[in-house]
Amino acid sequence: MAMSEPAASDTQSDGDDAEAIRVEDLHKSFGSLEVLKGVSLTAHKGDVVAIIGGSGSGKSTFLRCINFLETPSSGRIVVNGEEIQMRADGSPVNRRQIERVRTRLGMVFQAFNLWTHRTLLENVIEVPVHVLKVPKDRAIKRAKELLERVGLGDRGDTFPSFLSGGQQQRAAIARALAVDPSVMLFDEPTSALDPELVGEVLTVIRDLAAEGRTMLLVTHEMKFAREVATHVVYLFEGRIEEQGPPAELFGNPKSARLKQFLKTVG
Amino acid sequence: MDLILETLGLAASAELLSLNPPGWGGNLLRGLANSLQIAFGAFGFGLLIGLFGASGKLYGGVVIRDLLAIYTTVIRAVPELVLILILYYVGTDLINKASQMLGYGRVEISGVVAGIWVLGIVQGAYATEVLRGAIKAVPQGQIEAARAFGMPPFMLMRRVTIPAMMSYATPGLANLWLIATKDTALLAIVGFSELTLETRQAAASTRAYFTFFLAAGALYLIVTLFSGAVFARIEKWARRGQPSLRGAHK
Ligand SMILES: Nc1ncnc2c1ncn2[C@@H]1O[C@H](COP(=O)(O)OP(=O)(O)O)[C@@H](O)[C@H]1O
Ligand SMILES: [Mg+2]
Repeated sequence: MAMSEPAASDTQSDGDDAEAIRVEDLHKSFGSLEVLKGVSLTAHKGDVVAIIGGSGSGKSTFLRCINFLETPSSGRIVVNGEEIQMRADGSPVNRRQIERVRTRLGMVFQAFNLWTHRTLLENVIEVPVHVLKVPKDRAIKRAKELLERVGLGDRGDTFPSFLSGGQQQRAAIARALAVDPSVMLFDEPTSALDPELVGEVLTVIRDLAAEGRTMLLVTHEMKFAREVATHVVYLFEGRIEEQGPPAELFGNPKSARLKQFLKTVG
Repeated sequence: MDLILETLGLAASAELLSLNPPGWGGNLLRGLANSLQIAFGAFGFGLLIGLFGASGKLYGGVVIRDLLAIYTTVIRAVPELVLILILYYVGTDLINKASQMLGYGRVEISGVVAGIWVLGIVQGAYATEVLRGAIKAVPQGQIEAARAFGMPPFMLMRRVTIPAMMSYATPGLANLWLIATKDTALLAIVGFSELTLETRQAAASTRAYFTFFLAAGALYLIVTLFSGAVFARIEKWARRGQPSLRGAHK
């Protein structure tokens, strides 16, 4: 079983070590297939937790359980001090609580998942205006700032399908930022991109890390994880096999499986 | 003008089709108006049934799914003419029974309302399938993104699923609309004075069958052409944001 409280020491230098998210003993099975076998993880404000691991190790499932896109089988999830009420079978007690917590978790998907019938600006204001009930003019002003920030200031009126993957992913990051999330969840944000487009997306994420955004980042970009993460978690077959500060985990891995994994991904 | 008609031997036809009595043109146009009114109502009613039907089939429990399967299967299996007879007589009979039980006596059921209800139920079965297919074609990721950002189910339907499925649904819905306009002709069998019945009456009274059926055909054609133009615009709007397919398959 994995340990909890991993990341505490990493953020104390900020003087802001309030807990942003805590997951305790998370289990998830699909039918008879147990995909998560008790994963615990805590991120404090400003932490960047990189989650690495082989394909099928349960990284996506872990992120998707946090915002209940998948219903966990058991465990505890606390976001910003608010514990999500679960029944014994892991199903949520209160749909509204889930919806409220979801608006605090900005998710960025591997396949971008922008709404293709809406322009970039419409994509970015959609949740603030309709879910969070922010006045439209204020949402538009903020959306324009965010698009500017991810380098798409002149593309607000363009529909997603007319843009490159890198541009779409940057717009998706702007959409996630628009809800001013407590924690951002990235699920392999650059894996669907052509190699020459990876850099522009990583640059945006690096900026967010530098400004102290709390994030959980599933990635196969090991160099990038080492550079931006405050804490790295290595998942193997639904368990945390090893975790620690990036320098230690990448520089001096202890588990044989992690050593092997790091060799294969270069 | 008169001279041209005279030389073409169409003067008699023009007189028969004149909008004022003794011409029958006015009757034909009234019939057309009735047909369109019913087609419009039935299409709208069918769309509403279809939206609930598709949601029920996709997201409903076992009982709802089974009931909807019976509905769409039966309606699509039985010839429309038979359905119209059944729904019309059963429907009016039920309403009359109910009204008599409540002590109101027989009620006169308007042909337009009966037509809309009968054709609407038929349209609803087809619309359920058209919309179910369209909803399933919406990329799952877009629905998931909406859920991930805390959209409640009804808002998700309204803001994401319905607009995103429109481009997949419009061709099928355009077909349904055209079928609705033509199915109104079947209502002639229950004595409803839509375009086809008016045409038959005019033709029988004057023995000018060719003239009147040609005229009615032309009216149906105009409706079809006009509908085609309208749906082309709707489809263009629904496909906004999607690159043109032209060239994509070269
Ligand atoms: N909806 C699902 N139904 C059944 N099995 C699933 C489902 N989603 C994921 N899995 C399985 O769970 C395992 C972990 O998947 P995933 O979390 O996507 O891994 P990763 O993101 O680390 O590649 C895989 O074996 C996958 O086949
Ligand atoms: Mg994955």
